Amino acid sequence: MLVYIIRRSLQSLVVLVAMSIIVFAGVYAVGNPIDILINPQADQIDRERAIASLGLDKPLYAQYLVFLQGAFSGDLGKSFVHATSALGLILERMPATLELALAAMLIAIVLGIPLGLWAGLRPNSVAGRTIMATSILGFSLPTFWVGLMLIMVFSVMLGWLPSNGRGPTVELLGVPVSFLSLEGWRHLVMPATNLALFKLALLIRLTRAGTREALLQDYVKFARAKGLTNARVIGVHVLRNILIPIVTVIGLEFGSVIAFAIVTESVFAWPGMGKLLIDSINLLDRPVIVAYLLVIVSIFIVINLIVDLLYSLLDPRVRVTESQG
Amino acid sequence: MATLPDTDTDVARTTAPRAVETPAGRLWRDFVANPVAVFGLGLLGIIVFLAIFAPLISPQNPYDLAQLDIMDARLPPGSASAEGHPFWLGTDDQGRDMLSAIFYGLRISLAVGAASTVLALLIGLTLGLVAAYVGGRVETLVMRIVDIQLSFPAILIALILIAVLGQGTGKVIAALVTIQWAYYARTVRSAALVEKRKEYMEAARCLALPPRVIVFRHLLPNCLPAMMVVATVQVAAAIALEATLSFLGLGLPITEPSLGLLIANGYQYLLSGKYWISFFPGIALLCTIVSINLVADQLRDVLNPRLQR
Amino acid sequence: MSDAPLLDVQGLRTHFFTRAGIVKAVDDVSFALARGEVLGLVGESGSGKSITGYSIMGLVDAPGRVVAGSMRLSGRELVGLPPEEMRKLRGNRIAMIFQDPMMTLNPVLRIDRQMVEAIHAHEKVGRKAALARARDALVAVGIPSPDERLAAFPHQFSGGMRQRVAIAIALLNRPDLVIADEPTTALDVTIQGQILYEMQKLTRDTGTAVIWITHDLSVVAGLADRICVMYAGRIVEQGRCVDVLTAPAHPYTQGLLDSVPSRNPHGARLRQIPGMTPSLLALPAGCAFRDRCPRAGVACGAAPAMQEVGSAGGGRGVRCHYPLVAPLGAAA
Repeated sequence: MLVYIIRRSLQSLVVLVAMSIIVFAGVYAVGNPIDILINPQADQIDRERAIASLGLDKPLYAQYLVFLQGAFSGDLGKSFVHATSALGLILERMPATLELALAAMLIAIVLGIPLGLWAGLRPNSVAGRTIMATSILGFSLPTFWVGLMLIMVFSVMLGWLPSNGRGPTVELLGVPVSFLSLEGWRHLVMPATNLALFKLALLIRLTRAGTREALLQDYVKFARAKGLTNARVIGVHVLRNILIPIVTVIGLEFGSVIAFAIVTESVFAWPGMGKLLIDSINLLDRPVIVAYLLVIVSIFIVINLIVDLLYSLLDPRVRVTESQG
Repeated sequence: MATLPDTDTDVARTTAPRAVETPAGRLWRDFVANPVAVFGLGLLGIIVFLAIFAPLISPQNPYDLAQLDIMDARLPPGSASAEGHPFWLGTDDQGRDMLSAIFYGLRISLAVGAASTVLALLIGLTLGLVAAYVGGRVETLVMRIVDIQLSFPAILIALILIAVLGQGTGKVIAALVTIQWAYYARTVRSAALVEKRKEYMEAARCLALPPRVIVFRHLLPNCLPAMMVVATVQVAAAIALEATLSFLGLGLPITEPSLGLLIANGYQYLLSGKYWISFFPGIALLCTIVSINLVADQLRDVLNPRLQR
Repeated sequence: MSDAPLLDVQGLRTHFFTRAGIVKAVDDVSFALARGEVLGLVGESGSGKSITGYSIMGLVDAPGRVVAGSMRLSGRELVGLPPEEMRKLRGNRIAMIFQDPMMTLNPVLRIDRQMVEAIHAHEKVGRKAALARARDALVAVGIPSPDERLAAFPHQFSGGMRQRVAIAIALLNRPDLVIADEPTTALDVTIQGQILYEMQKLTRDTGTAVIWITHDLSVVAGLADRICVMYAGRIVEQGRCVDVLTAPAHPYTQGLLDSVPSRNPHGARLRQIPGMTPSLLALPAGCAFRDRCPRAGVACGAAPAMQEVGSAGGGRGVRCHYPLVAPLGAAA
């Protein structure tokens, strides 16, 4: 088991380095790096000073090494717009995005799995078909448009919920969170639900498909032949089998939720990393873009690693082959 | 004791087989068994029709400045213009008839979605088939790239590409293609791997058919069902992604106003109650994507071998 | 010892209502099974033998259901029994073993869990006691180191071992009847022999009746007391195993016996039954075997009824207008 963890960690490190090369190449090599990294408003003296200090007069691989050095010490450049550390900006806004992402994922899981199970058990019932039809909507509705409609209904027409921003925050374990207050909830509900919709539909469909397939398997027939109650057949035999792929999907989708938050944050003006990214792209604040990409890639790699480990823990068939391999 | 009959002459006495049904015919029959899917297909047909014939059916050409009157701006649905013809869905901030703008917008959204899907399909299909057939290090390399790319969400890749390449229609399509080809490559390769092990492939190889023939005449048609499902879903995803990018201001330029851009235009008027500028283009987008997904859903159910008993 | 049969099936019909039409998978099947008796249910795929087994267990899935007939287990009517009552019988008084041992055991649950739940579904027994019973059951089917095996997962067993576990589970609650649906078909021939031997020993020791469903005549030859031969959803011949196999009454049975390669004289052309089994959606009117039968005649346009043949009291029946054994009372 330990060997497996070490091996996977090394693989992840390789991917991280590869990604850093790609990001580096994308930003520093494509287009004029001088324009990219130096504030266009700087005058000639500042430009030359910056070129020297950024090492832009050196060959590409040397620049990459400088870049790596900077990355290890946490310095990914200064934002043009805010004149502070780009990495610092990103990390400052990360808790807001994570809070949004976690809330959305929670909604999707708590609603999605039971609904999907029901739809899989009774696919031809009214409830089953309705659930599936609604899930298609959840899949098809573009996130940003749903966000707009939510604002239209709940903020403009009904006036129940605020249309933008994050509620007041409190420190929890050193991290500012907003879900501990009612006002914070009022701000969180709409964006979290908006973000959750896509994943909710996905989970419903996944659970339903898994359930339908599982029900056709021989072990279900055998379980019934043993005289087990329907509750046990579904709750233990079917559920244990379908949860394995579903858990892995949830893990992998979490990364995607963090990325999708970009759109939701833009619609609801939620002060997270995503909104910062869009603003930065529009303002051509490239150090921030680079910092964002590297942080997101790292998050993804960590998530993938955790999911892999989780999968090998959950599926006994994988566990054994690893220890024999 | 009666003698056993001579089997050769008696083969003809077996019960006659039922009329042969082509795979396409069976596919159609299974597909239309679900009324919801038929509805989806019908809706999609209408949308495509509207998109293709937009210039002929729109009451107004919303991009001909001569036809616009700024005095008609931001009128609610149902109001009439200065000349008397009705704006069924209202007007936007430039005085454009929303209905016409939507028809033209459908055109662009569908065109971009279809173009990027077709390109991505061709690239992904070729690479996937080659990877599966050739195997070895080529396959490992291609699939590694595919895996890494697919583990990142599409929107992120799109944003990175736009940030690096800049904006413009060609660049948006390039971004969409770059995102999508990986799905096709992976699907085709999985299907091809399964098919490769089947006996008809061994038979084809025994006949010493040239690889080109084996891949394109034998392997490819059997991978088509999986491809069809992925392609339909991906068209909808491409359209949605393009709309999202345009909404964020990073998609198509103003000269090619897709539905996403129309929605973005109306965002600022939402809070003042002028919902129709965002709402109706959104409904059009919704109908497009929903109808495609309905069709894709039924295709997937019908073509899934594991659900057929 | 009462003479009443353990299982009495009369006129069982199980139909599947598919989009393509009604499939009469089981069409008027009747037989009786005495306590401790081994009945071989023989037929090709599509003959309805497995569905008969499922019908008895109440495990027929939609779009199929039992549409007519009666099945009495120890006098108790099974058709129309409420689902909860049926559940109490399954795994308890009637048990079933399936064909593919790879998939009948749940791959993600441990063996002990899968065995103990079979006990707990019907009896309130302490966990230790249940585990002890499970362990004894594994020993009884010949599985070595049962304690380690209990803590293992199905994929760590070979096919033959998994089937033994399935048999052990079936016999855990000492059922009156075990329905074995082609349990050895997916196994190697040598393992097949072992499993057959185990089943024979176990059922004789416990007095459990067995319905052994198979397409392989040689399997039931040494095992069954009586045989029912099925074709296209109907029983075409039934009787004592030795009678049916030495002097078959139905042309289909004769054809089956003749097709066994080992019975063919060396060097002679292999014999086969011409044609193919008809699709159950498009059965010919009258006798379903008509188009492949060497003895078919005019009368075969009408479906034959089951009639007694051979000597009286022999319990032999055949569904044929031109049987190979003279019907009761007819001129020799």
